Amino acid sequence: MGSQGGFGQSKEFLDLVKSIGEARSKAEEDRIVLSEIDILKRKLLEPDVPKRKMKEYIIRLVYIEMLGPDASFGYIHAVKMTHDDNLLLKRTGYLAVTLFLNEDHDLIILIVNTIQKDLRSDNYLVVCAALNAICRLINEETIPAVLPQVVELLNHQKEAVRKKAIMALHRFHRKSPSSVSHLISNFRKRLCDNDPGVMGATLCPLFDLISEDVTSYKDLVSSFVSILKQVTERRLPKSYDYHQMPAPFIQIKLLKIMALLGSGDKNASEIMSMVLGDLFRKCDSSTNIGNAILYECIRCISCILPNPKLLEAAADAISKFLKSDSHNLKYMGIDGLGRLIKISPDIAEQHQLAVIDCLEDPDDTLKRKTFELLYKMTKSSNVEVIVDRMIDYMISINDNHYKTEIASRCVELAEQFAPSNQWFIQTMNKVFEHAGDLVNIKVAHNLMRLIAEGFGEDDDDADSKLRLSAVESYLQLISEPKLPSLFLQVISWVLGEYGTADGKYSASYISGKLCDVADAYSSDETVKGYAVSALMKIYAFEIASGRKVDVLPECQSLIEELLASHSTDLQQRAYELQALLALDSRAVETIIPLDASCEDIEVDKELSFLNGYIQQAIESGAQPYISERERSGMFETTDYHPQDHHEVPSHTLRFEAYELPKPSVPPQASTELVPVPEPSYYSESHQPISTSLVSERESSEIKLRLDGVKQKWGRPSYQPTTSASSTTQQAANGTTSHSDGGVGSSSSKPRSSYEPKKPEIDPEKQRLAASLFGGSSSSRTDKKSSGGQKPAKGTVNKPATVPKENPTPVQPPPDLLDLGEPMATTVSTMDPFKELEGLMDSSSQDGGSNDVMGLYSDAAPVTTTTSVDSLLSELSDSSKGNSRTYQSQTSKGPNTKEALEKDALVRQMGVNPTSQNPTLFKDLLG
Amino acid sequence: MIKAVMMMNTQGKPRLAKFYNYMPVEKQQELIRGVFSVLCSRPENVSNFLEIDSLFGPDSRLVYKHYATLYFVLVFDGSENELAMLDLIQVPVETLDKCFSNVCELDIVFNYSKMHAVLDEIVFGGQVLETSSAEVMKAVEEISKLEAASNSISLVPKSVSGWRGR
Repeated sequence: MGSQGGFGQSKEFLDLVKSIGEARSKAEEDRIVLSEIDILKRKLLEPDVPKRKMKEYIIRLVYIEMLGPDASFGYIHAVKMTHDDNLLLKRTGYLAVTLFLNEDHDLIILIVNTIQKDLRSDNYLVVCAALNAICRLINEETIPAVLPQVVELLNHQKEAVRKKAIMALHRFHRKSPSSVSHLISNFRKRLCDNDPGVMGATLCPLFDLISEDVTSYKDLVSSFVSILKQVTERRLPKSYDYHQMPAPFIQIKLLKIMALLGSGDKNASEIMSMVLGDLFRKCDSSTNIGNAILYECIRCISCILPNPKLLEAAADAISKFLKSDSHNLKYMGIDGLGRLIKISPDIAEQHQLAVIDCLEDPDDTLKRKTFELLYKMTKSSNVEVIVDRMIDYMISINDNHYKTEIASRCVELAEQFAPSNQWFIQTMNKVFEHAGDLVNIKVAHNLMRLIAEGFGEDDDDADSKLRLSAVESYLQLISEPKLPSLFLQVISWVLGEYGTADGKYSASYISGKLCDVADAYSSDETVKGYAVSALMKIYAFEIASGRKVDVLPECQSLIEELLASHSTDLQQRAYELQALLALDSRAVETIIPLDASCEDIEVDKELSFLNGYIQQAIESGAQPYISERERSGMFETTDYHPQDHHEVPSHTLRFEAYELPKPSVPPQASTELVPVPEPSYYSESHQPISTSLVSERESSEIKLRLDGVKQKWGRPSYQPTTSASSTTQQAANGTTSHSDGGVGSSSSKPRSSYEPKKPEIDPEKQRLAASLFGGSSSSRTDKKSSGGQKPAKGTVNKPATVPKENPTPVQPPPDLLDLGEPMATTVSTMDPFKELEGLMDSSSQDGGSNDVMGLYSDAAPVTTTTSVDSLLSELSDSSKGNSRTYQSQTSKGPNTKEALEKDALVRQMGVNPTSQNPTLFKDLLG
Repeated sequence: MIKAVMMMNTQGKPRLAKFYNYMPVEKQQELIRGVFSVLCSRPENVSNFLEIDSLFGPDSRLVYKHYATLYFVLVFDGSENELAMLDLIQVPVETLDKCFSNVCELDIVFNYSKMHAVLDEIVFGGQVLETSSAEVMKAVEEISKLEAASNSISLVPKSVSGWRGR
């Protein structure tokens, strides 16, 4: 113990620390600490404790509290000590209160006055101590009490005080932005402080301010760049060097600020590119701090508008990082790669091996970072490898927090890129098996829906094969001990629906398994409910097919047990099951039809069965009902089926919205361009059209039309899809979905509406991927095309799309292309229809289509000048393109589902996606 | 910003803990224990970084350095640079190097308030204030002078010995 000099301590303290250090067990340590607390309590109560002694007691208190126990009995003494005139005691007091108290503590009020006094002190050390305390002890209410003094200190002669005053002000800003909003200009002013340390300190609050509001600080871009330039040119005093690097922390902060300011700003990015290039050349990559700056440069470059030269330099730096032996640098390299890959996707390929190495590294941190990178790199071609890896890793870790995260990523990737449905189900099984309690319940519902709806293969064969394989895999898994509840729900549901579907397994075998589940997880009511409903379905299918049902004794006892269950839900299910067993086969068939889980449940929201009654009432002089939307004069979307229209003689429900657009129908538009609602209904019900296709076709239609038309024709031609969905099984479905726990009812579409279109998908999609996007770039486009989840991209790209489609003199200025997101430009050169698709999606999501109209009113002159021939060729082009994009879109089960869900949502919201009669194009194109 | 600075020994005993946002004592203990259990399960020769969202909330990283019997830990959010934080650990260590000769783990406890004084010069309210150990030394010495005056205990000569991590 060579040196206890400096802040001298007594022997007692020394002994305390020593004995704690030598404590063999936690219990021994606790005993020592508790006895120390007793001693301190006693000593603090003694009258006239000498100040030096008191100071030591306080330090001992701080130490004790760090070890765990509560030392609040001594807080008041620490507060008292801050009032002392002796700087040393004062400092100790401040130190103790900053460690003891939170800003809302009752004792703070006793300190505020002292702080105010100390801020005015002549001794700058006292001022510093007070500023230090402010950062921890001042809350929103007490800020005004010290604010004036702190502001005054911004002009203190000592730079150390100025620095700390700025930091304190920054702290106030973080705690309560409104209290210092009028003082923000001070930060700008202090940026010009002649002390570099003070200037560096202002960068911290400025960084915060700029990340909140970029635009108001654009004027500072050149200042920041010139500061950075001066720093890198070693204009600062030597004392700011750190390991031969000039003011590295200032450089890093500046680069962070520049990344904020430069993102999406062409001018700013250009100003910065020069100094960034210099930094790459000058940075010493042999020291840690040099690499820190290099990494910050990479980050900055990935944020600002891409510059090929800088990207190259960044890529070089990354490959240096990845090749290094240091795990820290590898980590930074992987992180940098993940950032850069968004801009230039090809960069990953040359580092494949390094990435694989990192994946197998024993370092957990590095592994996780690499998984994050892989997640960003995933595309349909590599999804199997990546997700398998992720799942293996997920199984191997115990950290629930990260397990949840990686499980949800697996699900996300699997849903997005699943190459085959078989694989998807297997992947989901694994995720459920190992992290079932951690994933979102929606994932389970999606999986059930997917199995129920099939994947759109034309032949039911494939669907039933898939279901069989699901059933088989579940029967294998079901006997595993301790499956997650969510997974058991899925298993029970699938076994109930499809367990006996193709005769491979007998009803008694499946029902035996289900009983086992209900027994083994008897504390889980949800699982039990699912199991009982599944049993009911199994028996119903048996009865319906005319076989005799032998209820297994264990099932019988289960039912009896549940009849007396405390849970009313379970009780009801049991009673239902019991009642069902007594019914004859025809009744059962109607109640629970075979494989009807995804049929639509027809809910006649229009109450059309009351039409006759209404008619009578109106005839006898009643006022017609005006819907709320009409009353408020909004775009009317309540659809009446065309046949209903005949039944209702008056125009009661459609007067406003249908009359309005009439004048805007261009008289020159040939009649076949304008679909009449009724034919569209009939044709559409026979010839199923996915809504995404419909909306796509619509896009080429929009081009021909001016405002208003779309709205008019959109609605009536769309609603037949709804009416087509009504099936004869409506009534029966009520019960099915009830027992399904709501899964069946959430599927919004009859299968007939999209099934027939699937067969040509896979080869088509591959061709598309191969021909349009070589290499890794396809991943992004895939993502984009799936269900149009990123409508924003489409909107951003609008300027780029228009010139492509209209080979007319009206060309937007070239720099328009640069306005979009950096990555979007590369895509747009590849396939304009992708953009078109995104665009349409956005329009159908907005419901209001204002954007689209705005866009096309810009393009209107183009359209009108185009000759009929070019129109036709455009149309055929675009419809080709549309069918291509449509295929890529519906290539995966989940994506179709998403599109449908979205569609359903849109309908719910009362905003119909504007769709178009498909026969229109037939007529046009022959 | 920097959320916390911690020093603990390889047995998990906290030697210094400073949280830049208030944490109740129990929470502090929980975090220290949590951090220690993560640290001691790390193998040798791996990176010094950890993502520690599970303990400190979203977007929390941790940088640590292992010195003889001590872990030096910094917890911070996404607005800081990991490599730079790793170097920031070096600053107090270098300063201590200058303050004490032949520093050992217990010196940190015995000179508790001095340790805090050093840290306060380097990190202020969660932001990096000073990275030059010479400047930090100067500031701390001025305080020490006052101490010397009031305690009449002479300052330890600041001989620099090679107390470096491993």
